[in-house]
Amino acid sequence: MTRYAIGRALTVIPVLVGVSLLVFGFVHLIPGDPALTMLGERATPEKVLEIRARLGLDRPLWEQYLLYMGKVLHGDLGVSIVRGDPVATDLWRRFPATVELAGTAIILATLIGVPLGMVCAVWRNSLLDSLARVGALTGVSMPIFWLGLVLAWVFGVQLGLLPTGFRLDSETTFRPVTNFVIPDALLQREWAVLGDALRHLILPAVALATIPLAVITRMTRASLLEELSRDYIRTAQAKGLSQVVVIARHGLQNALLPVLTVIGLQTGRLLAGAILTETIFSWPGIGLWVYESIESRDYAIVQGATLFIAVIVVAVNLVTDVLYAVADPRIKY
Amino acid sequence: MATAEAAAVSVPAPAIGRRSAHPAAAAWRRLIASPVARAGLVIVSVFVLMAVVTPLVHFYDAKTDGNLALRLKPPTLAHPFGTDTLGRDLVVRMLHATRVTLGLAVSAVAVAALVGSLIGLVAGYVGERIDMVLMLGMDILLAFPGTLLAIAIVAMMGPGLRNSLFAISLVSIPAYARLSRAAVLSVREQEFVVAARGIGGSGLRVLLGHIVPNSLPPLIVQTTLSVAFAILEAAALGFLGLGAQPPTPEWGAMLADSYKYFTSGAWWVFLFPGAAIMLTVLGFNLLGDGLRDALDPRLGPG
Repeated sequence: MTRYAIGRALTVIPVLVGVSLLVFGFVHLIPGDPALTMLGERATPEKVLEIRARLGLDRPLWEQYLLYMGKVLHGDLGVSIVRGDPVATDLWRRFPATVELAGTAIILATLIGVPLGMVCAVWRNSLLDSLARVGALTGVSMPIFWLGLVLAWVFGVQLGLLPTGFRLDSETTFRPVTNFVIPDALLQREWAVLGDALRHLILPAVALATIPLAVITRMTRASLLEELSRDYIRTAQAKGLSQVVVIARHGLQNALLPVLTVIGLQTGRLLAGAILTETIFSWPGIGLWVYESIESRDYAIVQGATLFIAVIVVAVNLVTDVLYAVADPRIKY
Repeated sequence: MATAEAAAVSVPAPAIGRRSAHPAAAAWRRLIASPVARAGLVIVSVFVLMAVVTPLVHFYDAKTDGNLALRLKPPTLAHPFGTDTLGRDLVVRMLHATRVTLGLAVSAVAVAALVGSLIGLVAGYVGERIDMVLMLGMDILLAFPGTLLAIAIVAMMGPGLRNSLFAISLVSIPAYARLSRAAVLSVREQEFVVAARGIGGSGLRVLLGHIVPNSLPPLIVQTTLSVAFAILEAAALGFLGLGAQPPTPEWGAMLADSYKYFTSGAWWVFLFPGAAIMLTVLGFNLLGDGLRDALDPRLGPG
């Protein structure tokens, strides 16, 4: 087990090196002189020289890469070209908002998707199963930025039930200690703030949860169906165990392992989906930040955020794989 | 047992006489027998038809399109989907956008399928170091969420359809590389391939004549699913202002326009383009599910 974990962790190293190389290469995708393009109208000869020197564009490529990696490993993701702030600082300031949104989305998706998938598997080919399958396929096909717009329009603009932007009302005065609003409001017993935060969270979280919900439902259904057709289930039934015990104690336990992996695999999708969802709901996380940086050609931010997200995805996949091996002792390498 | 089944499934035009119907014909019959696949086939055909026919019967001219006197008018008989902020008829724009969005997605997937399958074939057939290096490259691409990598690349290269095409192709490549490599590995040591090699078939001949055709079914399924995904990517890029540039009609870009005005209550501006995206993607997904069942009779339905 430990050997598997260590071996699996080692495979991550070449991938991370490749990821950093690719993100490093982003600067060379910029057409023309990157320094000029980045500065746009803001370009003055001194500024251009400064940016060139900062990016190390006057040095050989391998030296540029080593320089870049040296900085990244020290937690330095460069400096925003527009505002001059360190990218890493802004990233940490904005990340909690994205975690709160994506975390809520994945919890919602799991809490609804797993039971729904189970029901579909147990009552296979029932009306509910058919409806849920069509629903899940529609969910997978959903452009979430459009779903976000529709939700905001129906529940925000037409019915006026829910706010369609930001994390809190502008009148709400609340200074979170960390940038996690909900845990902070809980800890400080600010119930009004908590309610306000939750109301703001509903629409973007539902929009972002749609695709993982569909994927988790499909996976749970398929996985449980497969387990239920196995011999040990027949044995359990033959022993005279009740159907509930057979499914809950025997089938589900094995069926949930692949579901766990699928939930882990959703991290990347959620973080990419956050760019679209946060843009629609003015949610001040890293997604909105990336969108704004694209508009202002602040490439350092795009680069830094992409690297950061890729590293998170690699890390989550590693943890999921190791957890899988812990939960399933049959896995050996 | 598995060998016999696999051979019966996918050897194209067997030279062993008329033992049964052509496998492609059998697969087609299984495909249209399934209501799910039929629905997918109909949706996809309608949208493809729209994409192909629209430019033949109507020329899109951004200069004459639009009438500022008719800005943001709700659906009427003359303009069944209403008009947008520049007074342009949404039906016309939607129809032309079909060609742009679908064209982008399909061409991106075509490039990805070619390049990706080639990478997988080489990796699986040659093996060893080349295999390791190529697959590491694919793992690196897969470390990024596809949509994010596409967005980041186009953000760097500059907005536009050509750069979107490049980015969407790039992120679609790993799936093909992995699939075709797996297919090559699974047929490489099978008796008919060993036999072909044994009677003196050259490497290339064995590869193209025996291994490629037997690797096709999973790649065909992947292609429909990839197109579905690529449409979502293309629309997302358009929505973020990175894909088609105005005045080119494109579903994602049309949504981005509508989003700026949507508090004005003009629901038709965002309802139709989004519904079109969802419906096309759903069509390709349904078709993909159906194809998977039809091409692999070993799996029962659902």
